[in-house]
Amino acid sequence: MQTNGGKALMKNLEAQGVELVFGLPGGAILPAYDPLIESSIRHVLVRHEQGAGHMAEGYAHATGRPGVALVTSGPAATNMVTPLADAMLDSVPMVCITGQVASGAIGSDAFQECDTTGITMAVTKHNFLVTDAEQIPQVIHDAFYIATTGRPGPVLVDIPKDLIDANNPVSQFEDYEPSGHDLPGYKPETEPNPQEIQDAAKLIFQSERPIIYSGGGILKARAAEQLKDLAELLDIHVVTTLMNRGGFPDNHPLALGMPGMHGNYTAITAIQQSDLLITLGARFDDRVTGKVDAFAPDAKVIHADIDPAEFNKVRSADVSIQGDVGRTITELIKAIKQMGETESHPDRSAWKSQISGWNEKFPLVYDDWQAGEGLKPQHVIEQLRDNTPDDTIVASGVGQHQMWASQFWSFNHPYTWINSGGLGTMGYAVPAAIGAKAGKPDRMVWAIDGDGCFQMTNQELVTARLENFPVKIAVLNNGYLGMVRQWQELFYDKRYSEVHLQSDLPDYKMLAESMGCVGIRVESPEEVKPAIEQANEINDRPVVIDFRTESSENIYPMVPAGKSNSEVIVHPSQGNEK
Amino acid sequence: MSSVRFHTLVVRVENKPGVLARVSGLFARRGFNIESLAVAPTDNDLFSRITIVVDAESAPLEQVVKQLNKLINVVEIQELSPEDSISRELILATVNVEEGREDQIMREIESFEANVLSVGDQKIVVSLSGTPEIVNDFEVVLETYEIVEVQRTGIIALSTITS
Repeated sequence: MQTNGGKALMKNLEAQGVELVFGLPGGAILPAYDPLIESSIRHVLVRHEQGAGHMAEGYAHATGRPGVALVTSGPAATNMVTPLADAMLDSVPMVCITGQVASGAIGSDAFQECDTTGITMAVTKHNFLVTDAEQIPQVIHDAFYIATTGRPGPVLVDIPKDLIDANNPVSQFEDYEPSGHDLPGYKPETEPNPQEIQDAAKLIFQSERPIIYSGGGILKARAAEQLKDLAELLDIHVVTTLMNRGGFPDNHPLALGMPGMHGNYTAITAIQQSDLLITLGARFDDRVTGKVDAFAPDAKVIHADIDPAEFNKVRSADVSIQGDVGRTITELIKAIKQMGETESHPDRSAWKSQISGWNEKFPLVYDDWQAGEGLKPQHVIEQLRDNTPDDTIVASGVGQHQMWASQFWSFNHPYTWINSGGLGTMGYAVPAAIGAKAGKPDRMVWAIDGDGCFQMTNQELVTARLENFPVKIAVLNNGYLGMVRQWQELFYDKRYSEVHLQSDLPDYKMLAESMGCVGIRVESPEEVKPAIEQANEINDRPVVIDFRTESSENIYPMVPAGKSNSEVIVHPSQGNEK
Repeated sequence: MSSVRFHTLVVRVENKPGVLARVSGLFARRGFNIESLAVAPTDNDLFSRITIVVDAESAPLEQVVKQLNKLINVVEIQELSPEDSISRELILATVNVEEGREDQIMREIESFEANVLSVGDQKIVVSLSGTPEIVNDFEVVLETYEIVEVQRTGIIALSTITS
């Protein structure tokens, strides 16, 4: 049967199980928007292409299914660069379809032409430029396969306009069902090597001060249950990186929470002093290691990852296990049970009491609110945490509010925390929350955002209102680029340079209302809880709460950039000589 | 890992548009230095073969290989050690030969078993293919004359046959 590129594009997206795409039409992609009318796929019309990209990411984080964005050529494609880079660094499965100028016009500097595949090469796992309409079914098939297997990531498919134009003869071809993949250079290996599993188990039995250092790979591999089984079997504490918040329940007795630059003292120090890092789906990011040469100096390293390029990239591993981290943990559990029949490990009670000692001495704390001050952002987050369902999905932007959210929320379920970890994309929260709500409409979705971030992407609240995604946005409005302000206070001698945004402009309440949302302003601590309860009751439109927070509030603990984790600065009230 | 500074990687890639850009872009982005690079189709027109000489001082070879392997169009990477491989390079050069040194340069060309491709008024175009070391030596000799233009191809290499 004859088909054409545009029809085939929709049909093959449907065949991939796509129910929802986030996009915005324009010249080169126009022919794809016509068959979209007949398609079963729901299209969410965004207000800026970057929003479509982050929505696709939020959707993917919340559901585990690849997010899909559909946009036109030129500026739409360049607006997609940030979400692609974001998805690349955080290994988010995502497929982005971009229109391109007609085949014959490529290279002529045509209207809205840019070298999309050239520009996005470094920010995608792979990209395709379709050169023949007949390739479309196979390329879509391959794109989803690449995006979702191995280490997940974004894949871009760039399609010239003539190849999807039903009225153009070059778009016509004999329809077919793609079968298999002709990708001779892509063979993701998921099965761990049995010898390496044995070697890892041995190291665990020899260790006196082990720690499980778990990263975002746990969530990508859907291995939260296996991680819990392993931790309980071994009775070893677990730190969860920013990308794995929720991958191990914070309310579990073995949970130590987040390590790194703004991690808690115990998580940072337990890693630092351990003699064995059982690294599962984590990649020794500089925000976790601090100064690499001084990171966990006495620790041997087991490193399990789907991506072998992570081994020995930052920290050399004593045992590296390539494979799906869920499969790796399952095999490790078997090996440990077997080995446990004959072997025993050194006494770990001193290590355990050391950990609980740190936990007691250095909990996450903040000063009490004083009259005349802005709200304590930590208090706002605690109130949100305590007055929302346990499985609430939380999206955040990037900055102080993100770190406070990670610190003070209690993530007890996987896939409840959605943030931009690697790229650190300000403005991520609003569109990511909308994408999460689109994927999980029955769940409550809150964004915890900063005022700087909110101003970058809040226009998508119009999308949320019109498409009926009633997300709730808590803007921790301190009138500053807070994290930058903190660095200038601590490292630039309080010489504040271009960080003051001003809390009153825009008027967040009016801005929210102008976009069809409910806007609430909260200025005093006693209003916090009632405002949250009011927001929770509203399900027919988004809600924005402008929480006026204290601008001088700093986030602690803090490991200054480039310093060793042993030099962690705790909250001033806890003293800094340990 | 070897402590040799330059490593020869033979990279089999899919013969598709943009593949060379992906490979060179990866090197640029990750700060890996390329000493030389040669690329051409193979007997199977689905694949091309890229021979890259990598400066391992810029990055550990393990990282270079593993990052290259992540490119979807890269099918296979082989590291050729100097002991177990044959490498060749081609040089073309145009040289000005001052009066009275014609015989001398012809003797030197002969001793290197190089070829004379074109001869003009006090000018000569020569070529030589050989190991990179021999090509280096030949270029040093040519430098004692006046080199007008010179082009080297970069190394291509194959494994030696082991019996």
